[in-house]
Amino acid sequence: MMSPRAASWLQATPFAIIMTGLVIVPLAMIFAVSFMDYGFAEIIPEFYLGNWTDIFRSDLAVATYATVLRQAFIVWGVTLLLGFTIAYYLIYHVRSNFWRAIFLAACAIPFWTSGPIRMISWVPLLGREGLVNQALTGLNLIDEPISWLLYSEFSVIVVYINMLTMAMVGPIANSMAKISPAVVQAARDQGATEWQVITEVIIPLIKPGIAVGTIFIVTAVMGDGFLVRAMSGNQVNTPAVAIMNEINAFQFPPAAAKSVVLLVVVMAFVGVLLRLVDIRKELAR
Amino acid sequence: MLNRRPLSYYLLSTFFTAFLLFLYGPMICVYLLSFQGPEGGMSFPMRGFSLVWFETLFSAQGRGVGDLHNSFFRSIRLGLIVALLTMLIGVAAGMSFRRKYPGSNFVFYSAIASMVVPGIFVGFGISLTLRLLGLRPDWWYSGIGAQLTWSLPFAMLIMFIILGRLDKSYEEAATDLGASSAQRFQYVILPLILPGVIGIIMAGFTSSYEESARAGLNIGTGNTMPMELTGLLGAATTPVMFAVGTLTTLFMFSIVIATLLVSGSIAKRRQLRLTAH
Repeated sequence: MMSPRAASWLQATPFAIIMTGLVIVPLAMIFAVSFMDYGFAEIIPEFYLGNWTDIFRSDLAVATYATVLRQAFIVWGVTLLLGFTIAYYLIYHVRSNFWRAIFLAACAIPFWTSGPIRMISWVPLLGREGLVNQALTGLNLIDEPISWLLYSEFSVIVVYINMLTMAMVGPIANSMAKISPAVVQAARDQGATEWQVITEVIIPLIKPGIAVGTIFIVTAVMGDGFLVRAMSGNQVNTPAVAIMNEINAFQFPPAAAKSVVLLVVVMAFVGVLLRLVDIRKELAR
Repeated sequence: MLNRRPLSYYLLSTFFTAFLLFLYGPMICVYLLSFQGPEGGMSFPMRGFSLVWFETLFSAQGRGVGDLHNSFFRSIRLGLIVALLTMLIGVAAGMSFRRKYPGSNFVFYSAIASMVVPGIFVGFGISLTLRLLGLRPDWWYSGIGAQLTWSLPFAMLIMFIILGRLDKSYEEAATDLGASSAQRFQYVILPLILPGVIGIIMAGFTSSYEESARAGLNIGTGNTMPMELTGLLGAATTPVMFAVGTLTTLFMFSIVIATLLVSGSIAKRRQLRLTAH
């Protein structure tokens, strides 16, 4: 008979091997390679600091970080507002479980279409001959089509919001569903208005959900290079795009140094948010 | 509860409808414009109604647009294997969390880290490791492995949630009646967590089918579906991409419906067995 501890170890071993061998070691490898020299499409395993001094000498790095932080902040703000409002509606105003499930499923169905198709689906809406421009010219609000609707920072942000709002709705709705109805009822009985219930009772209790949603949104925006490239028509440069370009040009050590910087920024941010919530406890509850 | 809806209900209902429109608007454009006439372009108005763009996809001995056919089958093959491995490894790891053991925190937080670290870094790191080891990436080991780093954390979270809700008294009853640990798993735990296990298979398949940031650099030769589609985006000037969108959505739709039917029939069978005794 195996001891319970040995049984647990045996069960967790394949999982732990994959996480160690394919996540932790590779991330350490990025760090190591960032200190190596390089030639054309090859890594020369010799100590070299040039990849790092290049980063701190360039103004481009500062500009790309300014861009991505601005995008992340706008997308976070909008998805938080949308996500809270939708979650609040689904949990507190939709009264039957059946309709709540139907509404949630309705929100999920568009995600059955694959990412690249959802990106190109904005062409008929935001393009020069798109529906938005057709409507605005039809109403005589503009004389000629607006060109910054598509392949611009605007379209990047619109598509981020479109794709990521559900990542905010989920955790917030999950936190809200855990609030005991008695707590809300007590506040109402004491004469609190709907607005007071929201600000004094609900918001303080859903902070873990907001933190988890924020982690999803910020890591998605900071780490994405595909959507930015596709929706900006290669016009907007972010740190992730810069890294992807260098990887495609086989310049691995400089790409590794830039990856370390971006990873440290993203993980520091996640670390701060995780201090505010104990995820393991949240899940088991 | 009040019977009369407050004003905020109507305001929020309008808001929610507007949000659904925002989600569905672009998708409806895709589905409609995939039936665009042969003269029509990527924007409205529709110039007639035709299946021309679907025919283009299947024309020239199945090599209508890019390498979509092969990419599609590569993605399905990859997705099925990833789903199966995710289920086996994820369920086992989930079961391990039912006891506290030294190292459980490492397993848990490495999974969380794998979930929040942007995919391109995991993919880039794996490809650097292979390069330094002198290995050539190929779909059947590094491609599958890279995608497991994405699908397994979800499997673990699903297991966490379903095991947290599992009533321990069923299992204790089985132990009292002399069931071995294998019997407990087969006859008590597995039937109870089966809907969650189906959810894990589903999550494994869809996360693999949609994923390219991690697998992209490690798949070797031959694009998968999302890689091929991303490559085709820049050159797209006709509604043929919309036809791809309509077809792949129908495909996903049938998979989801099939999964729901299977879980539904399992639940029904269990209900029947419970009432029979």
